[in-house]
Amino acid sequence: MGIFSFFYFATVIVLCAILVVAFRNPVYSVISLLVLFFHVAGLFVSLHAEFLAAVQIIVYAGAILVLYLFVVMLLNLKRDDSYQRQVWIGVGLGAAALGEVIYLIAKANMEPAAFVNRVSQVTSAAQEGNTEMVGRLLYTKYLFPFEVASLILLVAMIGAILLAKKALPEVRDK
Amino acid sequence: MVPLSYYMILSGVVFLTGLVGVLIRRNIIILLLSIELMLNATNINFVAFSYYLHDIAGQVFVFFALTVAAAEVAVGLAIFIALYRGTPSVNVEEFNLMKG
Amino acid sequence: MKYALIPLLPFAAFIVIGLFGHWIRDRAHWIAVPAVLGSFVLAASAFFDIAQGTPVRLTLYSWISSGSFQVPIGFYIDRLAAAMLLLVTIVSGLVHVYTIGYMRGDAGYARFFSYIALFTFSMLMLVMADNFLQLYVFWEAVGLCSYLLIGHWYERKAASDAAMKAFIVNRVGDFGFGLGVMLVFALFGTLQYEQVFAQAASHAHETLNLLPFGGAWPVNVLTLLCLLLFAGAVGKSAQVPLHVWLPDAMEGPTPISALIHAATMVTAGVFMVARFATLYNLSPTAMAVVAVVGGVTAIFAATIALTQNDIKRIVAYSTVSQLGYMMMACGLGAYTAGIYHLLTHGAFKALLFLGCGSVIIALHHEQDIRRMGGLKDKLPITYWTFVIGSLALAGFPLTAGFFSKDEILIGAWTAGPLGRTLTVVGLLTAFLTAFYSFRLVFVAFWGPSRVDPHVARQVHEPSPTMTMPLIVLAALAIVTGYLGIPGFLSPALPGPMSLPPAHEGAATFAIMALATVMGLGGIALAYVFYVLKPALPSVIAQQWSSLYAGSLHKWYVDELYEAWFVRPTIEAANDLWQWIDMRVIDAAVNGVAGSINLWSRALRLIQSGEVQHYALAMALGAVVILGVYMLL
Repeated sequence: MGIFSFFYFATVIVLCAILVVAFRNPVYSVISLLVLFFHVAGLFVSLHAEFLAAVQIIVYAGAILVLYLFVVMLLNLKRDDSYQRQVWIGVGLGAAALGEVIYLIAKANMEPAAFVNRVSQVTSAAQEGNTEMVGRLLYTKYLFPFEVASLILLVAMIGAILLAKKALPEVRDK
Repeated sequence: MVPLSYYMILSGVVFLTGLVGVLIRRNIIILLLSIELMLNATNINFVAFSYYLHDIAGQVFVFFALTVAAAEVAVGLAIFIALYRGTPSVNVEEFNLMKG
Repeated sequence: MKYALIPLLPFAAFIVIGLFGHWIRDRAHWIAVPAVLGSFVLAASAFFDIAQGTPVRLTLYSWISSGSFQVPIGFYIDRLAAAMLLLVTIVSGLVHVYTIGYMRGDAGYARFFSYIALFTFSMLMLVMADNFLQLYVFWEAVGLCSYLLIGHWYERKAASDAAMKAFIVNRVGDFGFGLGVMLVFALFGTLQYEQVFAQAASHAHETLNLLPFGGAWPVNVLTLLCLLLFAGAVGKSAQVPLHVWLPDAMEGPTPISALIHAATMVTAGVFMVARFATLYNLSPTAMAVVAVVGGVTAIFAATIALTQNDIKRIVAYSTVSQLGYMMMACGLGAYTAGIYHLLTHGAFKALLFLGCGSVIIALHHEQDIRRMGGLKDKLPITYWTFVIGSLALAGFPLTAGFFSKDEILIGAWTAGPLGRTLTVVGLLTAFLTAFYSFRLVFVAFWGPSRVDPHVARQVHEPSPTMTMPLIVLAALAIVTGYLGIPGFLSPALPGPMSLPPAHEGAATFAIMALATVMGLGGIALAYVFYVLKPALPSVIAQQWSSLYAGSLHKWYVDELYEAWFVRPTIEAANDLWQWIDMRVIDAAVNGVAGSINLWSRALRLIQSGEVQHYALAMALGAVVILGVYMLL
């Protein structure tokens, strides 16, 4: 059962990823990215990371994608022309890198044995709940990065406002 | 039982697709979207490892990566808006003032 | 430490006038003249000390102290040096006073005084030196002062050319001199005179192989040393073949012609040979060379002086000729005679030059004797002092020149076969000397006036500052013959052992008589040529036209040097400039710049300004790194 869900999610994810890059119309790209996010969230659930799945949907699909859609609609972007001049080099590099990555992963031995014994630990912690587990770690061991993350968001907010606002007209004394 | 390597390959494919997208698209919005793809790929990787090593820290890291991604999108789009005012084009090739 | 003050007073004058000349200007003589006169008083006092007692040895300061190479700055004042001190300070003092009148109104008045003060300092330090390096340093210093003073009116091309010629020709000789100093250190391990003199005899038969690679050319070291040192003297004392700078040096103001090119600097070479008599006595070959060079110079220059028309050039060639006499005497072992003549010559030659200056000023800078004449009534003091000087130069009996020239001729006659040959040369030269010096007197002062009438109206005797030194020098030109100088000097200047002591016998009287006859004969012939039959000289000049032309053109030595040395050097320099400097060195330097330009233009293409190109580069790098991981 797990395998099939994995393969379903994986196939859709890959397909959507390629479509994001391939579509000429930006709105189509955004929509396929949305589909991709949903399936990634599904993948998270199958990995027992429910909290993250939820956060993924809320933040990525709900906020970031919406932001993109706003911009696309605001600029009324039409269909693109052609790809960049370096399209074939890019695709070639990607293919080469893919080959390298697959080779490296295949070469590395990752023992499944160690995994099997410990899988049960995660599932037995179902009484606690994934959210609670993440929360406990976040507020104890990773408290400082948590606070820094909030600062990052603050800075981003201020930066976005400053960068995007129009310049004030000069005050002239008449 | 899905082997870890399958998740890693999936993550690698998505990441490289995003990379290729950065390299071959001329529309700035699609460029930024491809970057989001890359970030997502790393998230998948982290969660997979977190599951297989039974260490929640991986998910905590995804949490932070998500935060940073959100911030980056906000600022990135703000910069794009500001650029658009000067040169009303979404073609990244037209922003080459740093040409040396 | 009064001995240290002797040179330091003029040096202080140089510094003060040099630094403050801009504000001192026309009052510069108030600083320079007292300094030199003070120096004279101290020199006289030092003279009396030495005359009664032993030589003064004084070390002032340890200049170089490097392991076994020790060079202090010190004084060694024996009778020879003491006599030279007097000569330098007296003549320098009189020239300082003369300059007040001669250079009045000149724009470089203060600069002139500072330079002659510097020169006086350098000459005094040279004379009192107690080691070879100090000698060499001040040897060069007087050469420098000569350059500065010859080129005093540097805006004139002729003057600056002459100054450079003097310096460069001197340098040729000084190259040999420098090698000699190095050889001294190599042989003796020390540069102090007294230590070298003490050790000299032990090296008398040592030889040195001059061919470094395999071949054999053994040379006696002392001969080599003496010849190298003599090379410097050839340059400094204007011996043939390095005499060419002295006549051109007449471009400088007359006071320095009197001071530097008659009495002091040019005599440094003769002084040097006499100072190192101990070394020369051990090398008969070197002495023979010195004597022959001196003799050749004496007669060579005398033949040129016969036909010259510039008043200063006649006296300049006469100086070269007399320096040849002195060198000849030293080369034949008669050091005392050579130095005696040096001292008397200093007096009467300075007198003659200053007299020339007086005439030149009176005639508003006219120097050609063909445009003079009839001056003996208009410039009486100048005329009579000039005659006394010329009589001394010609060796007229009872003048100092007579006694010193005779000492040389007698000393030469008793010095073996070479000496006897050179005595004949000397007698011939005496005849020529008398002839040309009285040619000058008769043409310039006697007869009808050929002076430009506009100038002739204003001819008058110059001021007392100029005539007083003339009178003093005239007196000295007579008196110095009676001071017993040879007796004073001979203990300090031993001749070579091989010579018997001279001075008695029939030969002595005969030579004295012959010399007198030569002198009087020369004067008489000049009288005939230029007073009784004034048309005669031009007739003879036409009959012997090629000889006349050769003499007039200084036997074409300058032209020869121009063709053999000057032109090839200039052409070589030109070629080096065009082929190596411009095409190799400049090309290399510009080429480096050019290649940087090329590379930067190529690298510039990477900065396209497009984000995706940069991203591509990063991705490429990542792929490469992954590839490396794969291989590892």
